[in-house]
Amino acid sequence: MSRVTVDGLFMEYDRTPILERISLEVASGTFCAIVGASGCGKSTFLRLLLSQERPTRGVIRIDGDEIAPEPTPDRGIVFQRYSVFPHLTVCGNLTLAAELKRSRLVGRLFGAARRREKDAISDTLRKIGLWDARNRYPAQLSGGMQQRLAIAQALVMKPKVLLLDEPFGALDPGIRADMHDILLTLWRETRMTVFMVTHDIKEAFKLGNRVLVFDKVRHDPQHPAAYGATITYDLLLDRNRRKAPDAADRSGPDLAGSVH
Amino acid sequence: MTATDTGSSDIAGAAPNGPRRRTRHRTRIVNRKPSRSAAIFLGLLPFLVVVVVYAVASADRLAVNPQDRLLPSIGQMWETFRTYAFTPDQRTGNYLLWTDTFSSLKRLFLGIVISGALALSLGISIGFLPMVRAGLAPFVAAISLIPPLAVLPILFLLLGLGDTAKVALIVIGIAPIMVRSVSRSVSEIPEEQIIKAETLGASTWQMITRLALPQAMPPLFNALRLGLGPAWIFLISAEGIQATDGLGYRIFLVRRYLAMDVILPYVAWITLIAYLIDLSLRLTARRMFRWAYPKGAGL
Repeated sequence: MSRVTVDGLFMEYDRTPILERISLEVASGTFCAIVGASGCGKSTFLRLLLSQERPTRGVIRIDGDEIAPEPTPDRGIVFQRYSVFPHLTVCGNLTLAAELKRSRLVGRLFGAARRREKDAISDTLRKIGLWDARNRYPAQLSGGMQQRLAIAQALVMKPKVLLLDEPFGALDPGIRADMHDILLTLWRETRMTVFMVTHDIKEAFKLGNRVLVFDKVRHDPQHPAAYGATITYDLLLDRNRRKAPDAADRSGPDLAGSVH
Repeated sequence: MTATDTGSSDIAGAAPNGPRRRTRHRTRIVNRKPSRSAAIFLGLLPFLVVVVVYAVASADRLAVNPQDRLLPSIGQMWETFRTYAFTPDQRTGNYLLWTDTFSSLKRLFLGIVISGALALSLGISIGFLPMVRAGLAPFVAAISLIPPLAVLPILFLLLGLGDTAKVALIVIGIAPIMVRSVSRSVSEIPEEQIIKAETLGASTWQMITRLALPQAMPPLFNALRLGLGPAWIFLISAEGIQATDGLGYRIFLVRRYLAMDVILPYVAWITLIAYLIDLSLRLTARRMFRWAYPKGAGL
């Protein structure tokens, strides 16, 4: 279970409010899409959920416990760029988490232990369509492949909450649709809580079963920066039941195996 | 000549018996690329020019005065070089070229290795840990501004006239810049990667071993390559000022006898060694850090 509670969140930079009065209760397993104009603080909200930054006031709780003041494995993250490690192969990126866990001193496994971890990720590699590219470095992958790797890497830790910061913003429209299918499949399998920031409203309504719209509601014409943004619309979509039956035909042939 | 020939034949060869008549098209010079053999020829050309100019100038001077020492003939230099390389010195019984080379390279490598170790350890600490950066970055920046040759007398006084002072001069001369260059590269690791590592459960130490260290290696090799030039300067200077052997020592010693037939081959020899060291560093980096030099990037 991973219920997220946001209570009275305020965030300001240099006394300029960015976010104000944000209180929110997100049920476990929700796919929460966050949309809003540029500069309305949606990425800031995600950074607060990640503890990449600390709020000026207010608390964020996961399952009733306040989140740690720095990023921790209970929250996974996929950024628009730079999410994967350029010096590790596809395989190395996916085994890194296990290596860090099992070798506290150097964070590196050798020999049989390393082979075991490699075997453990072979299913994942096939599922995200990177089996043939497993020994390539990220610079040798397309943007879509890199993001698939980034998502898979974030899911290796089985986080309670997955945070996505415009993960498909830099991808072609066609590849984006494929990525949506992969993401929805993974979400249904893992049933984790997802927060996704996006510019694309269609994407938000396609993927999310709850859509949060961030905007400024208070305006001071004499001082435009006086107030921050808050959640102006909070739409619960009953997509779960509506979408679940046709999930199988929506996913591409390479994913058919992983749907069940 | 070769270059233009290949260029035009390429264009003609594109449609040997095409159905449509082609108007003759003159490519812009920026679009004309030399073929491989032409590129090799063009690359060798300046070397050939220098050798020919030298040979002519030397022959001119020797024709006027066969005893001239300033521009010895190439054959003369080759003879001297062979003597230094393959005939034992009458006084010491050493093969001077090899003992000089060995002494110099020992100092150079010690200096480079110590500087590299400093660059890696300090560079990563400064670049990755904000607390260390606050404490050490201004200090390293200040040290890197000291003109190294100005402290050479201090080094001789403190460390004696042996190899230690010379190695220390190389380290003082190149380590601060190398530290700064590595720390800059490490501090430019995108924040996203550090956060990602944290969400994968990495401790600070693990982030250093698995994130900062591997990503600092290609910049370290670049820094080593860039540091080699100054390292040679400081080595030759220190040897010229105070030494009993070494490539720089020999050059400064025979200068007294106007022995250009020794100096010029020694300079060429040093250049060759410097080139080979640089080449091996470059190839090593490319082989060891394939991720930083991707083939077919952006596939």
